[in-house]
Amino acid sequence: MIVWARHHRQALAAAIASLLRTPLASLMTVAVIGITLALPTGLHVVLDNLSHLTGGWTREAGEISVFLKPGTSTASAEKLAERLRRESDIAAVQHVTPDQALREFRARPGFGESLKALDTNPLPHLLVVRPVTSLSAESLDPLRQRLAKESAVDQAVLDLAWVQRLQNWLELAGRFAAMLALLLALGVLLIVSNTIRLAVANRRDEIAVTKLVGGTNAYIRRPFLYGGALQGLLGGLLAWLLTLGALWALAGPIGELTRLYQSDFAAHGLPARELLILVGGGTLLGWLGAFIASSVHLSAIEPT
Amino acid sequence: MLQLSHVGKRYPSGYEALKAVSFTLAAGEMVFLTGHSGAGKSTLLRLIALIERPTRGQLIVAGRNLQRFPARHIPRYRRDLGVVFQDNRLLFDRTVYDNVALPLLVTGAPPAEIPKRVRAALDKVGLLEKERLSPVVLSGGEQQRVGIARAIVHRPTILLADEPTGNLDPDLSLEILKLFLDFHDHGTTVLIATHDMNLLRVAKKRVLQLDHGELILDTGARA
Repeated sequence: MIVWARHHRQALAAAIASLLRTPLASLMTVAVIGITLALPTGLHVVLDNLSHLTGGWTREAGEISVFLKPGTSTASAEKLAERLRRESDIAAVQHVTPDQALREFRARPGFGESLKALDTNPLPHLLVVRPVTSLSAESLDPLRQRLAKESAVDQAVLDLAWVQRLQNWLELAGRFAAMLALLLALGVLLIVSNTIRLAVANRRDEIAVTKLVGGTNAYIRRPFLYGGALQGLLGGLLAWLLTLGALWALAGPIGELTRLYQSDFAAHGLPARELLILVGGGTLLGWLGAFIASSVHLSAIEPT
Repeated sequence: MLQLSHVGKRYPSGYEALKAVSFTLAAGEMVFLTGHSGAGKSTLLRLIALIERPTRGQLIVAGRNLQRFPARHIPRYRRDLGVVFQDNRLLFDRTVYDNVALPLLVTGAPPAEIPKRVRAALDKVGLLEKERLSPVVLSGGEQQRVGIARAIVHRPTILLADEPTGNLDPDLSLEILKLFLDFHDHGTTVLIATHDMNLLRVAKKRVLQLDHGELILDTGARA
């Protein structure tokens, strides 16, 4: 156990020493890994923010139009509106009478002429129900169904189609980002395994001599694994910094957009969870790349 | 310590480097393996160090049958050996000290013990004051002595040497021979492959002569 810990300490020291021996080459590898990992991370941040933003929109667009049955009196419509106002998950109810609606329609160009042809007002009472903002997007439809079951109600309509379409697009983009992340992770794997392949080739003599004096394959491989993991770790850290830098550079324009949309939206940065995933994932990828490369290339060095 | 019976080595190309070689070596014995170049001396050493496997016959070293020796136990087996190469195979990007320390690092020797043993080995070959130098700046004889220090630093039971004086002039060769005789006196089994007749004459030890892969002479143990 002590020997094992000692060997690991030696391997880590050897890996750090060999990274520092060729600082420029190590820096380049770390930079390539960092940029490769920063790409899907940046995309993830953009999509994450967009879905937060549209989440806000869902709430704003989440008004339910409740059309009452023709012939309902203004008094009973007002009574229903009053009752709905007292419900806990409804924030506000706006009552639009047929007369008001007709006036609104008349004011719109194009409608005025056609409405003149009608001798009676065909428009029903309309209650615009605004749910409380704490209500999730998923519970909007059950609320709509409940409203539709009211005896005086003809139809309750929730117009979320466009928001849903946007969210479908975002989901598609999210899938694309995940696929890109997978491909780029594979890229990192290849970068590291190529670096380690070169490192193994450069230290052929050392490896052969170590084998001859009784070094096990695990012993010989360990510094390479640490080297790969270390490069992955630094690459992950760099990716995090790059994404943070990009977010900082975009903070101005995002603020401008936010003002235009008058939303309380604030750009989400990279929380600790993402940092952990980037650094942990980078380390794992580096280790795996080194493992693959050293498995393939160490066995090719004589003696066995 | 070393038992060979009908050991043969045929390479995939069909070339037969060793043909049915048999001999035994007692523990603590010192033996010279001689013969023209290509007679199979190096092949025999490579078989003993398990760098290659015999294609027939039986090879038993320190009670271990190398014929069916599992690959994962090879590193542990090699730690019982000390090997000196003609081209010394030193690592030129490390100091003399680090070269000699390598076998101890590999076995996970206690860190406190490493400097002591490395310096003892360097002292034995007379290079204690050069431990901080790179092997590049050393002379051929000094490099070979570093190689010997590396081969004995972990106190192997068997010391194998492949043409250890091949690149050295006669005076230096005798110096190196003295080192091997000293290890032999301390109980190490020593097997030296050489075609340097001068060494055989001076050492007056048992000589095995190979010719085209066959053992043609065994003088037997001599005092």
